[in-house]
Amino acid sequence: MADISFLLLIFFLVTTSMDVNQGLTRRLPAPIPPDQKIEDTDINKRNLLVVKINSANQLMVQGQEMSVKQLREKAKEFIANVNDDANLPKLYEEDFGGAIGVVKYAKNHVISVQNDVDTQYQAYLDVQNELVAAYNELRDECAHKYYHKAFNELDEEDQKLIQKVYPQKISEAEPKNYGGN
Amino acid sequence: MPALNTSSLPDIIFMLLFFFMSVTSMKEVTYKVQIQNPSATELTKLEKKSLVRYIYVGTPTKEFQKQFGSETRIQLDDAFADKSEIADYIINERSAMNESEQGLMTVSIKADKETRMGVIADIKQELRKAYALKISYAATQRTNY
Repeated sequence: MADISFLLLIFFLVTTSMDVNQGLTRRLPAPIPPDQKIEDTDINKRNLLVVKINSANQLMVQGQEMSVKQLREKAKEFIANVNDDANLPKLYEEDFGGAIGVVKYAKNHVISVQNDVDTQYQAYLDVQNELVAAYNELRDECAHKYYHKAFNELDEEDQKLIQKVYPQKISEAEPKNYGGN
Repeated sequence: MPALNTSSLPDIIFMLLFFFMSVTSMKEVTYKVQIQNPSATELTKLEKKSLVRYIYVGTPTKEFQKQFGSETRIQLDDAFADKSEIADYIINERSAMNESEQGLMTVSIKADKETRMGVIADIKQELRKAYALKISYAATQRTNY
């Protein structure tokens, strides 16, 4: 009896794996229909944060060299635009209702991530990770401010409301060759 | 000295067995490519396994390197595939799903951390063509830099 159960046990140990499925979830833009002309959507320069990663995994943010560690702060500063800076995204006032009420927020901001063909996957994920982290931190701060709770302790409706205040807008262009071959 | 009484040993082993059966899951496929997961901090768990399809990207393992070289390759299910097969694969898998669940399908890209972004970008374009827009970059949790 014990032999049989040992055998089963060992069989399960060999065929199964413990790893949990987790990852950075993203949403891709829908494909452009072939008959539609590609229009360059005109985005006001102040609403745009350009993050470029070259083939040596170096970062350039708004024409300025930067390390990945600094990116989170830069992105937070850009998305929130606390001081209504004229060089940072334009703020729109909107009534969100609920506990939040009337808030100014950067409605049309876009973060554009551009990478090279030779960029390493890990470097690319690091950048994505920092940008998502920036949003998560801002949402968490917002939750603490208006609900005095952490973001993931809120119920779904309140979470959606906060997500509207900080909408995640990360756009990805197709990869280009930014020199350095 | 009397021998140790082992009559309850099967019960104990069965308990272990059930424990392992409940906490683990079956391997999805045998890897033909080597994958070292990248790491990140802001991860979300993929909830329903039946809604997730995987694309594996990496260099072929030792025994396949003779045949397929050491360039980065894509693996779908149990076989190597060309990037042009991705769209068909996704559409096939999706039509095999419940109609109510088709919109919830997530594609998890399990790629080696050394992969060049050109390959990933190609895959993303193929996924867009197949309207598989919910994707997840598989990664392991790390605490900080």
